[in-house]
Amino acid sequence: MADVRRFLYINRKAPYGTIYALESLEVVLIGAAFEQDVSLAFLDDGVFQLAKGQDTSGIGMKGFSAIYRALGDYGVTKLYVETDSLATRGLTLDDLQAITFEDENDGYTEKPSIIPVNKAEMAKVMAEQDVVLSF
Amino acid sequence: MLHIVNKSPFQTSTLQSCLDHALAGDAILLIEDGVYAAIRGSAVAAAVTEAKGKVTFHALGPDIAARGIAPEKLIDGVTSVDYGGFVDLVAEHQTNQAWL
Repeated sequence: MADVRRFLYINRKAPYGTIYALESLEVVLIGAAFEQDVSLAFLDDGVFQLAKGQDTSGIGMKGFSAIYRALGDYGVTKLYVETDSLATRGLTLDDLQAITFEDENDGYTEKPSIIPVNKAEMAKVMAEQDVVLSF
Repeated sequence: MLHIVNKSPFQTSTLQSCLDHALAGDAILLIEDGVYAAIRGSAVAAAVTEAKGKVTFHALGPDIAARGIAPEKLIDGVTSVDYGGFVDLVAEHQTNQAWL
């Protein structure tokens, strides 16, 4: 396909405290319709967006953590998570929800969407993009 | 004095400023993104643990649950309160200060 560009959505904010995380998700889902090469980056407080067990029933806000698990169905299959950011926040990869996609090029095998990277690797991911959108 | 902190300690210096100004006998209530300060083993956990000697720490349970922080991930001595507990803390203290 001609004109496929590499899009990176950078997520650096925690969910619920501000509207950034939800807005980012909405833009990602809209952008997914254009069949570009989409990646998501989670660093700094953005890693909190992927925490498992989020239950917003007590704060009167709509929870949206389940939407991350649906991204694979929209062709969004690369979620880069910075491990340095997790460690700073007392988290490990085990504290994140499992997010997978079915690889259509590999007999629809279910594969993990979360790609753990360190700071240097994240810098490389950022450098490889055509378009960067920050939230 | 009841200090109320609603910002992530990893995003702003709000919590540190609060800790620097809190006096012995004060209470600190973590709400909204402020509850991230209550996670065991983080980069700010040592500061929270050290401050526990002079102030009491509370965190709003519904905000903890919304963010997926399991109860066993909380730093020892940080008590989880519900909205009623929030009101009690406000009522128990002569003044309260919101560190926005």
